[in-house]
Amino acid sequence: MQTPNPNNTLLSIQDLKVYFPILRGIVLQRQVGWIKAVDGLNFEIHRGATLGLVGESGCGKSTTGRAILQLQPPTNGQVYLEDAELTGLTGEPLRQMRRRMQMIFQDPYASLNPRMTIGNIISEPLEVFGIGTAIDREARVQDLLHQVGLSSEFRDRYPHEFSGGQRQRIVIARALALNPDFVVCDEPVSALDVSIQAQIVNLMQDLQAKLGLTYLFIAHDLSVVRHISDRIAVMYLGRIVELADSISLYENPLHPYTQVLLSAIPIPDPDVEAVRERVVLQGDIASPINLP
Amino acid sequence: MNEGEALGIVGESRSGKSVTMLSIMRLLSTPPKHRVTGDVQFGDRNLLKLSAAEIRSLRGSQVAMIFQDPMTSLNPVLRIEKQMTEAMRLHLGLSLAEAKARAASLLQRVGIPDAEERIRSYPHQFSGGMRQRVMIAMGLACNPKLLIADEPTTALDVTIQAQILELVKQLKQELHMAVIWITHDLSLLAGFADRILVMYAGQVVEQASLHDLYRNPRHPYTIGLLQSIPRLDQQRQRLQPIEGMPPSLIDYPAGCPFRPRCQFAIDACRTIDPPLEAMSDNHQVACWVKPSGQDLLQDPQSKLA
Repeated sequence: MQTPNPNNTLLSIQDLKVYFPILRGIVLQRQVGWIKAVDGLNFEIHRGATLGLVGESGCGKSTTGRAILQLQPPTNGQVYLEDAELTGLTGEPLRQMRRRMQMIFQDPYASLNPRMTIGNIISEPLEVFGIGTAIDREARVQDLLHQVGLSSEFRDRYPHEFSGGQRQRIVIARALALNPDFVVCDEPVSALDVSIQAQIVNLMQDLQAKLGLTYLFIAHDLSVVRHISDRIAVMYLGRIVELADSISLYENPLHPYTQVLLSAIPIPDPDVEAVRERVVLQGDIASPINLP
Repeated sequence: MNEGEALGIVGESRSGKSVTMLSIMRLLSTPPKHRVTGDVQFGDRNLLKLSAAEIRSLRGSQVAMIFQDPMTSLNPVLRIEKQMTEAMRLHLGLSLAEAKARAASLLQRVGIPDAEERIRSYPHQFSGGMRQRVMIAMGLACNPKLLIADEPTTALDVTIQAQILELVKQLKQELHMAVIWITHDLSLLAGFADRILVMYAGQVVEQASLHDLYRNPRHPYTIGLLQSIPRLDQQRQRLQPIEGMPPSLIDYPAGCPFRPRCQFAIDACRTIDPPLEAMSDNHQVACWVKPSGQDLLQDPQSKLA
């Protein structure tokens, strides 16, 4: 985790909004309101740094990730990758930009095609962009498998032969195939067993150091986010309520919601737990349809 | 286990935590498909030897269970009221009106506002946290002596998890009920359990009181688990994962099941599966080496923050 150079902004986001219409009626649909999934986000991520994005389910974390990659067209706002504006791009220019940004999803069981071999899965992005000859691609697959700590013999096997942790390694290898600058990691470890989570977190940190990757790390588990991120943004109902570097966020949380979130995380130490004060939130999260 | 005690069971997926509990409740389908042997004593009765009718009268009334997924463990086409009163009428012999009143007061107790109104709702009208509260209320319906909670908060947000944990803690104290809490998350139990059982590949590898387990774990797997979780109150440079994967139960290794992943393994581990040995009155470990977790966890670097 190096200190990023202040002029070295890789990604910047200005006033990003994603609204979904609420429709009523079957044939004659009329719009009766908006769900403000993401409501006016501004932040920057420096090259080689990791921004953690935390919040409860339904607060718009994943939508933010998808809107940055233009998988979900934003309603409003701009996303810049270095100097290039991504918002508004369509067709071929957007496709070319996609090479530079990749995504790692939460569920490694659902994000690999069960009918493709591991080799095909990892080389597919290369084929799509027509990179190299078949032999070059083969070599690249071997290299990628090696980088994520898997044996190159695995390339002829199918996803069902692998455990969750191994699958997540394959997903990471696929995301790295095109040498991206920026990777959105949407809850990459929350579907894995505790003892495997640490393996994947370490792998992601090693790859970041080696390849100079920039991560947007989306998760609901603050202890993992704190471990991997330089800065953390706390989201609540589509907005960022607090954005701070990871140490000061923990030491001195300013927003009441951040304090609640921090106090809800259990610490594996009975003595610490015995003296901790817990701020227990009353009730459920408000519905984004009906904002208070 | 004693009355009013809180026991935590920790282990990874497929380590046999849930199957243990299902067999206590006799919810596994019986032979020829499965084989359950041994004794489960509840009070002075052996649960595995009871007839189907006897176990049915025990389930729900003496022993209650709440499941992992509140989204699927309620019947979506019945009102909450109907689902809650069913067990009470059966086990407590209450009239419909009495059962309804009791159900409403239980919902109130687990923190559902406007319980009298909400009891007429269907499960889909509740959020995940609310449904888990309903499940707990159902579990409490007949004043059980033992509540088995099988990863009840895994599908929920951390803030809701904290609420549920707090609730069960309170109820345990008020009703003097024993609780078995199954989880894969060791940190969750630190503020809750009196005693913890660590399972690996279908076996208990360590059993200790809360403090002994966190302060001086002696099984390499427990030590590894504690080392591999990032802690919110500490800044670490690097996590220390447990390498490798849990063994397949079909192709079970000879000797100690943890041996392939264990950094302390010696020759004996290869051939003979270590038995559970008592270290002290309240601490048992199944390991030939029994490295001192106290020394291993004293990592000066980890105290930086």
